[in-house]
Amino acid sequence: MSGRVTHTAPRRTPLWYRLRRWLGRLGFGLAVLALISPAVLVFLWMLSLSLKTELDNTAWPPVFLPDPPTLENYREVFARNDFLLYAWNSVVVSVTATGLALLVGVPAGYGIAKMRAMRAAALILIARITPGLSYLIPMFLLFQWLELTGTLLPIIVAHLVITVPIVVWVMISFFEGLPGELEEAALVDGATLWQAFRHVAMPLARPGITVATILAFIFSWNNFVFAMVLAGRETRTLPVAVNNMLTFEQIAWGPLSAAALLVTLPVLLLTLLAQRQIVAGLTAGGVKGA
Amino acid sequence: MPQDAVTLARPAGAAQAARRRNYARRYAWFVVPAACVVIAVILFPWAFTLYVSGFDWHLGSERRWVGLDNYVRLFADARFGWAMLRTLFYTALAVVAPMLLGLAAALCFHRRFPLRGLARTVFILPMMATPVAVALVWTMMFHPQLGVLNWLLTQVGLPPSMWVYSADTVIPTLVIVEVWHWTPLVMLLILGGLASLPQDPYEAAKIDGASAWQAFRHVTLPLLAPFIVVALIIRSIDALKAFDTIYVITQGGPGQASETINIFLYLQAFAFYNVGYASAVVVVFFAIIMALAALLLWTRQRVRVT
Repeated sequence: MSGRVTHTAPRRTPLWYRLRRWLGRLGFGLAVLALISPAVLVFLWMLSLSLKTELDNTAWPPVFLPDPPTLENYREVFARNDFLLYAWNSVVVSVTATGLALLVGVPAGYGIAKMRAMRAAALILIARITPGLSYLIPMFLLFQWLELTGTLLPIIVAHLVITVPIVVWVMISFFEGLPGELEEAALVDGATLWQAFRHVAMPLARPGITVATILAFIFSWNNFVFAMVLAGRETRTLPVAVNNMLTFEQIAWGPLSAAALLVTLPVLLLTLLAQRQIVAGLTAGGVKGA
Repeated sequence: MPQDAVTLARPAGAAQAARRRNYARRYAWFVVPAACVVIAVILFPWAFTLYVSGFDWHLGSERRWVGLDNYVRLFADARFGWAMLRTLFYTALAVVAPMLLGLAAALCFHRRFPLRGLARTVFILPMMATPVAVALVWTMMFHPQLGVLNWLLTQVGLPPSMWVYSADTVIPTLVIVEVWHWTPLVMLLILGGLASLPQDPYEAAKIDGASAWQAFRHVTLPLLAPFIVVALIIRSIDALKAFDTIYVITQGGPGQASETINIFLYLQAFAFYNVGYASAVVVVFFAIIMALAALLLWTRQRVRVT
């Protein structure tokens, strides 16, 4: 409509003005580049270390591009370190802890949102901000006493400390955002509270459940300290197993980087795929919280 | 247990309020399973820790009730005092730097530019990455002889640093990792605030002939203040809680130069098996975090009023 006017306007602007705007854009582009390059460079360096021979990894000046790239480090990780067992442990722990948290946390988020139970919400918030380390002494004593330390159960239970508050917290903010009319209509039609929740509110909150699942899974997968204290030799999760590689093989950088990359790769891929949900969940919890 | 927040403001509304409370109570069953879990894995450990903190209890030997003795010992323990100071230093650095960088990053990502979505996704990757994996890569980069960071320093004409291998530089160096890891969360929280700001004040400022800086200083910053405070609360608590990267990279060393409260607590509990004493540390640490959260929440109320 007014396309002609806006199109011709910049042509009349003096040269210095255009130059200044162009410089401004260049500066802005450089600023964005400066912001994202630490993230990019660290991950690329991790990849580079994992694809080079030990000779190249300890060379001075550093060798940046693997030439030729080798998969030897990855082969070594899978061959020597019971890596698959620990990977399986991590999957079992994170999936179970997330699943259990959803089972109890989604209805709880609904109930708290409906009751406007601010004290319960505050308790969940406090649980979220206390350091994980502070739960470990009682759990360590208890599970030793119950002689469960050789199983995955203590680790799964400990991971509930992370997953349950996340799920409840995200679900409270999602259920609070839903209009209540549809459930009320269902209740008027004779549905029970549970039916109204199960067949009306829960399908509407599916995006919220997705967000809660992703966040709970990632934080459980990334967790280090619980398994560090509670795991035995056979029950280590991946972060613990990878950390042990450092202590025993001081300078085997190739396999170490390969293992580190394998541990964090599922989470990075999940972040790339579900970036929108993750941002929504973290900011909803953060901005609405506290 | 969960309570209804409806207040009995007017006597006339009392019956109605009671009915509302009754209505709310029917939802209590939804919370019961989660409440059981929370009691078992969160409230019980709190209570049990408080109980254990009253014992002189080394794992493997007899425990002995000593009342508040552990706390008295704690406040006389120079090692704990130093750990406290180090935590304070670490937290101060690990709050200020990510807040400034996060604010700058949020202002950048608030503007429209090509590939913005991709750039933002890449920017938040560090925050989601597994801390142990990240810490291992940084450990390799900090290596004084073979690390890539010292190579970079020498390339720009600076002397190489000892990074985490010297008591003088270990804490600032660990803060670099923390900044790299957690600036994205600050950015996201502030970016969410920026997106929710009203447009009218900017138009008014423009009409009044305000420069970009004036608009930022007198319009953006005051409107953004509540979001900045929320980011500050979350960042402060996360910085106080920092454990994984410090433990993986230095385990509190060299010597005790990076032994923060968390590391001190871990060593007392699971290296020396001094569980009674360590429980007292947990209680004190918990109190500090709650006090900080309360202080910052109070600040937030004030910010909102003005």
